[in-house]
Amino acid sequence: MMVHGEAWTLKEFFTYPNEYIYWTIQIVMYPFMTGLVAGAFVLSSLYHVFGVKQLKGIARFSLVFSFALLPVAMLPLMLHLQQPLRGIEVMLTPHFTSAIAAFGIVFTTYGMIVASELWFVYRKHFVETALALKAKERRGPGEQFACLLFSALTMGAYDVSHEALEADERAVKKLAAAGIPVACFLHGYAGFIFGSVKANALWMTPLMPVIFICSAVVSGIALCILTYIVTMEIRKALAARRPELPSKEELKSAESQVVVMTSRYLLMFMVAAITLELLDLVFRGYTAVKSWDILRSVIYERDFVNIFVVQYGLGNLVPLVLFLVPGLTIRRAILGTALVLLGVFMMRWNVVIGGQAFSSSFSGFMHYTLPIWPDSLETFKEGLGGALLVAVIPFCLFWILNKVMPVFKETH
Amino acid sequence: MIDRRTFCKNTLLIAGGLALPLSALELFDPKRLLAEKDQKGARWVFLVDTRKCVGCGFCVKGCKVENEVPYDANVTRTWVERYLVTSDGKTHIDSPKGARDGFPRKEIEIGHGKLEEIRDEDIEKAFFVPKLCNQCDNPPCVQVCPVGATYQTEDGVVLVDRSWCIGCGYCIMGCPYGVRFFHPVHHVADKCNFCYHRISKGMQTACVDSCAFGARRIGNLRDPEDPVTKVIMTERVNVLKEEYGTKPQVFYLGLSKEVK
Amino acid sequence: MKNHVWRPLYVVLAVVALVLLARKVLVPADFGVGPRGYMYGWHRPSNEQQWKEVKVKYRTASFCMECHRDKYDEMKESPHRNINCENCHGAALNHPDDPRYLTIDRSRELCARCHTRLPYPTSSRGVMKGVDPKTHHVGLDCVTCHWPHDPRKEGHQR
Repeated sequence: MMVHGEAWTLKEFFTYPNEYIYWTIQIVMYPFMTGLVAGAFVLSSLYHVFGVKQLKGIARFSLVFSFALLPVAMLPLMLHLQQPLRGIEVMLTPHFTSAIAAFGIVFTTYGMIVASELWFVYRKHFVETALALKAKERRGPGEQFACLLFSALTMGAYDVSHEALEADERAVKKLAAAGIPVACFLHGYAGFIFGSVKANALWMTPLMPVIFICSAVVSGIALCILTYIVTMEIRKALAARRPELPSKEELKSAESQVVVMTSRYLLMFMVAAITLELLDLVFRGYTAVKSWDILRSVIYERDFVNIFVVQYGLGNLVPLVLFLVPGLTIRRAILGTALVLLGVFMMRWNVVIGGQAFSSSFSGFMHYTLPIWPDSLETFKEGLGGALLVAVIPFCLFWILNKVMPVFKETH
Repeated sequence: MIDRRTFCKNTLLIAGGLALPLSALELFDPKRLLAEKDQKGARWVFLVDTRKCVGCGFCVKGCKVENEVPYDANVTRTWVERYLVTSDGKTHIDSPKGARDGFPRKEIEIGHGKLEEIRDEDIEKAFFVPKLCNQCDNPPCVQVCPVGATYQTEDGVVLVDRSWCIGCGYCIMGCPYGVRFFHPVHHVADKCNFCYHRISKGMQTACVDSCAFGARRIGNLRDPEDPVTKVIMTERVNVLKEEYGTKPQVFYLGLSKEVK
Repeated sequence: MKNHVWRPLYVVLAVVALVLLARKVLVPADFGVGPRGYMYGWHRPSNEQQWKEVKVKYRTASFCMECHRDKYDEMKESPHRNINCENCHGAALNHPDDPRYLTIDRSRELCARCHTRLPYPTSSRGVMKGVDPKTHHVGLDCVTCHWPHDPRKEGHQR
């Protein structure tokens, strides 16, 4: 009879009989996805709260994208739970001494803040669309549905006078401000989930939440830049065919300006993240407590390629150079942001999987073999298939959300 | 543009407003707490004498049958470890199938199905160490359960509510002793509970009953006349991984520094 | 329409109300803080009773003694006196009603648990009477020559 975890765990030397890699790829995806959510939101808030005008072009985009990522931050957890139907209990009988218990409340709070902010940003659009659809004499079934949807989305508030819209903008500013600490909390406590496990020598460090927040912002900004570039390229292609859209040249200059500005913020947060991670590593080596022997053999031998080549080398150093060399081109930005995303993903991987690469007896090792071809529901959920599912869904959601809340249409 | 003052005020207001639903959660019932504090029952503890253990593994077999942990599944609520210290100073540890079948081979299992042969004359010392849940006074596994599905009873035993566990695995990660696992049938966290159904009937645990060598004993620390309590109070006992601050309640006689 | 800014808040309040309602309906009535406080005692107390009601499988030698007094007495006089009947005979459960017969484990592997010779100088295993099962009368059950209830006696008389 197969035990949960046995299918993908290889044990070496002495490990306790019950030890397996219980937290797998989905627990790597979970902080990665929440990181993207938090990062995207912080990026949009830079414009809404701190008035960084240069980010106007990407602010609305990243807000909608953050909303599209939101449900997907929960999906890895559902795929990971042995009893997914009982997940709601986190809201019913929360045990707040557990770092996970706050998840339900923080997550919904954050979701409601983003939803409200979106409502204020798009209210004018909702009202106009609803009124336009209502004015139509004959509506097809699609239009009928759209009419109902947009009418519901207005929540009965059809006032789009100048004063009302100004009130909207004030509300957006307040919500964005409230959202920053909540977004940071949402992700910082994902770091706390790991950092507070005293039984795990690799995880236990008070730096973990801060490291997680910094790398979250890095990954969120990187994904926003990347997706932004891709959507702009699509729009450019469309612009060639449809004259009513902004011309190709207009788009191009707007695009590179946004990318250059945003990548500066990316660099700032990346330097902070790398500094903290290296500080953690240096400190562990210098203090060399009981667990260091086994940690050293994991960090410098078993996971050397994952940590130093892929994460620090490809994921941090190369993009740092790419962004720092003057005259940033779009192509270089694409490569840089893609590598940054890889680096942050590998950081999550090296924390989650690396933390389970050694036995808590400090006398043995465990190796995680990612299930590629699923031969059961379990190996699908906690294998490549499940991870890809989680990675693809936000883009599908973004595509749908964009139909309701067009990110590039001028509203206010 | 809002000034800093209004910004701070509004932030606090919003944060306070967000915190409000929390007050609607009823967490403490002082009356119930008071009522239950009066009665003083047992505090179950365990005593393992590593000098007596011969590694037969009858305890593991008995536990698996008694507690319905599938016999062929590679998880177990209790297990026995073998330690061989050789003259080169190395420590060799294994626990094949948790010692469900004892230690049928002289060779040490080193994973990947490989065995390491140790020459008899190289063995400086060798001993067996039975392991089980420590029913800690500060159980980290309970602290980290997000839904209250695992908890400590008044007599000190940590139990898992099988109908409430969501199977997140946080408790498994939180235990420094590796005693927890996912039950292959119920798909919830599972662990040794000192055979709660037996000790609450005045019986002993299945592992204690199946041990022919007296290496395992269970006792009540709140009873000063209990022989186990007397040993713990008067002899030089040790516990595992004290540095984690878990206050484990499984006491060991003859523990060696090699024990992990 | 002055107050349209508060509309999202109404939705939020509705969601909160829904969660609180769900709590009322879905949370077991007795769920609460136990004697170990909120950190270690946040649970459903009726679960303690459920664990207490788990069926006892190993009934111990004193249960076997009630009917098999002769075997019990023989065992108590032998070097095997501390071995529980059920270690070899299997869990008694509701014997003799269910199961009617117990399946006795007479395998070599069972005896080998203790009597495989392991040369461990500082362990009591080192002084156990032991053989190398790979060379010691391979193919024969131990009980052919050794009477398990009292290993000082010879052979298996059934």
